[in-house]
Amino acid sequence: MEQAKIIKTAIRIRDLVFRRGRNTILDGISMDIQQGSIVAFMGPSGVGKTTILRLISGQLKPDEGTIEVNGQMVSRMSDRELHRFRRNIGVLLQDGALFTDLTVFENIATPLREHTDLPEPLLRRLVMSKLNAVGLGGIEDLMPHELSGGMARRVAFARAVVLDPGIMLYDEPMTGLDPIAVSTIRTLMRETNDALGLTSIVVTHNVTQMSQLVDYCYIMASAKIAGEGPPQELNSSTEPGVNQFMNGKMEGPIPFHYQTPGTPWGLLD
Amino acid sequence: MRPNYKVELASGIFLLLGIAALIWLAMRATDYGQEIGKDTYRISARFTNVADLRVKSPVKIAGVTVGMVESIVLDPVMFEAVVNMDIATRFNEIPSDTGASVLTSGVLGDRYIGLEPGGAPDVLVEGDELFITQSALILEQVIGKYLFNADSTEENR
Amino acid sequence: MATLGHYTSKLTGPVAQSGQCLLFLMRMISSIRFSAAQVRSVLQQIYLIGARSLVIVMICGFFVGMVLSLQAINALEQFGASDQVSLLVVKSLFRELGPVLTALLFAGRAGTSVTAEIGLMKATNQIEAMELMAIDPIQIIALPRFIASLISLPLLTAMFNALAILGSVVFSIGVMDMDAGIFWSKLQTGIYFYKDFVGGMWKSLVFGGLVGLVAVFFGYTAKPTGAGVGTATTNTVVLSSVLILVFDFIMTSFFT
Repeated sequence: MEQAKIIKTAIRIRDLVFRRGRNTILDGISMDIQQGSIVAFMGPSGVGKTTILRLISGQLKPDEGTIEVNGQMVSRMSDRELHRFRRNIGVLLQDGALFTDLTVFENIATPLREHTDLPEPLLRRLVMSKLNAVGLGGIEDLMPHELSGGMARRVAFARAVVLDPGIMLYDEPMTGLDPIAVSTIRTLMRETNDALGLTSIVVTHNVTQMSQLVDYCYIMASAKIAGEGPPQELNSSTEPGVNQFMNGKMEGPIPFHYQTPGTPWGLLD
Repeated sequence: MRPNYKVELASGIFLLLGIAALIWLAMRATDYGQEIGKDTYRISARFTNVADLRVKSPVKIAGVTVGMVESIVLDPVMFEAVVNMDIATRFNEIPSDTGASVLTSGVLGDRYIGLEPGGAPDVLVEGDELFITQSALILEQVIGKYLFNADSTEENR
Repeated sequence: MATLGHYTSKLTGPVAQSGQCLLFLMRMISSIRFSAAQVRSVLQQIYLIGARSLVIVMICGFFVGMVLSLQAINALEQFGASDQVSLLVVKSLFRELGPVLTALLFAGRAGTSVTAEIGLMKATNQIEAMELMAIDPIQIIALPRFIASLISLPLLTAMFNALAILGSVVFSIGVMDMDAGIFWSKLQTGIYFYKDFVGGMWKSLVFGGLVGLVAVFFGYTAKPTGAGVGTATTNTVVLSSVLILVFDFIMTSFFT
């Protein structure tokens, strides 16, 4: 508890509302994410987890509420400020999203080439050191389609951290990987986070993969936060929505049917 | 870097080929670059009618191109066409009493200027004018004349 | 009301889309930077969309030249004017057939691959990843392809024309036994450098810009699914072909 007081808040979200058309995707979400922690947003598919990532990175603008990252208001940034702000964010997207027309080396070098004026030898050493850090030294001349899923994800990881960001955003970083690759990525995430003092946010729906990794969890359901806490606490939670999700039950407040306005299921048309 | 180098080489070759094709087309298949050379001297001639003679049409002696038409202007007083021609300097011994006529290559072909060298000892130099000229034959006029002559001979009978 | 809205959206859709397309062009132009990396990626794209279209363009050019000569000789023989065949063939090549046919081939060969490639990049989140890395995908992805298309098409047109003339030479001189001297001298007096040759090259430059813009734009706005990329690719061919012919008429009527 004493520790908690000296730890800074890296991301502060207040009363966040986001709508897409008539659907309210996020409805009044508030949270404080501490610097140096790994935080997970969990919840069923389509509940707006990825939307939060996009709001934090400034890709989307909230309809109401504020997002503050390291004291800067993301929701009010101009394009130019946003551009500078994003250099401090590393992103690992669902399937890695490596640039298919570039070699592994050029993939990792791309953020450096765009945002720095490093001389070529230095740039090369930096890229190679990141590639070695993810255990893939020697594959720099391969094209992305020549890599296995786990290797591609590690290359994408190296690309995401090559600018030494302060904040890492992960969108389903482990889906579609074999168990060995999953633990590799998990170890990389933890070690990088602790070594560089990053703040990491992970979006996922995989409970078991995450509970061993993260410090704190937000469970989302129906556009709201249904429960929060360290994973061990959530596992034993009696809150119905949290309990349903953590234990993978069909019955509970999270509905089986897609909710539509009007008559249900088109049976009476 | 290695795979990229190959690609850059290939696209460089493509660019060079394309530019070569452009230049070849321009030099070989258009009137560009058909100048008779840099060293020329200019002479002129007056015609009552040049028909569809054009700038850059060839100037020939005995069928060999020696120069080309540089410009065609109308004399506003005499109402004659003044044709300026550039002749290559290497043909510098054309007699000054040479005649010029507007001729046609083939029956319906392009117009060109034919020079018929005379026998004078003097040679043509820059700025000279040819005085013996023969205008273009206009097909309609030729036919008209022929018909008129035929009519008049019949009347005379 | 719903049907009215449907029809108005059918009308305003293309207008709005061409507006978006123009904005896209402006964004591309405003993102031009002269760096070694940019030049390198333009070169790479020139290879991918220009050099690799070369063979098909050259084959088509050769046969177009042959068939044009065949038709022209047939037609001109009736007037005893088969001497004029090179003039007729090359004039129609330089002014219309070269630029238009090459542009249509180019739209089918290179335009589609650009659209499909960018559409797939979108479907696999590559574009989004760039945006999140604060890299402008328009500058990195769209601009090099647009510029490469602008440079490649005139050069391809020149090759098409050159090969078509070669085809004409092969047919009229080689097969029909016409006089080579007359063939070339007709061209050198009857084809005007500015009016015929440069005019056609201007067209080709405009077509290169059109195909490049349409291909990049449809790829960039494709729905990130398999079907979406397929539709976008088809749209690229259809719209570029229509635009090529429309602009051909506009340019011919205004500039000649």
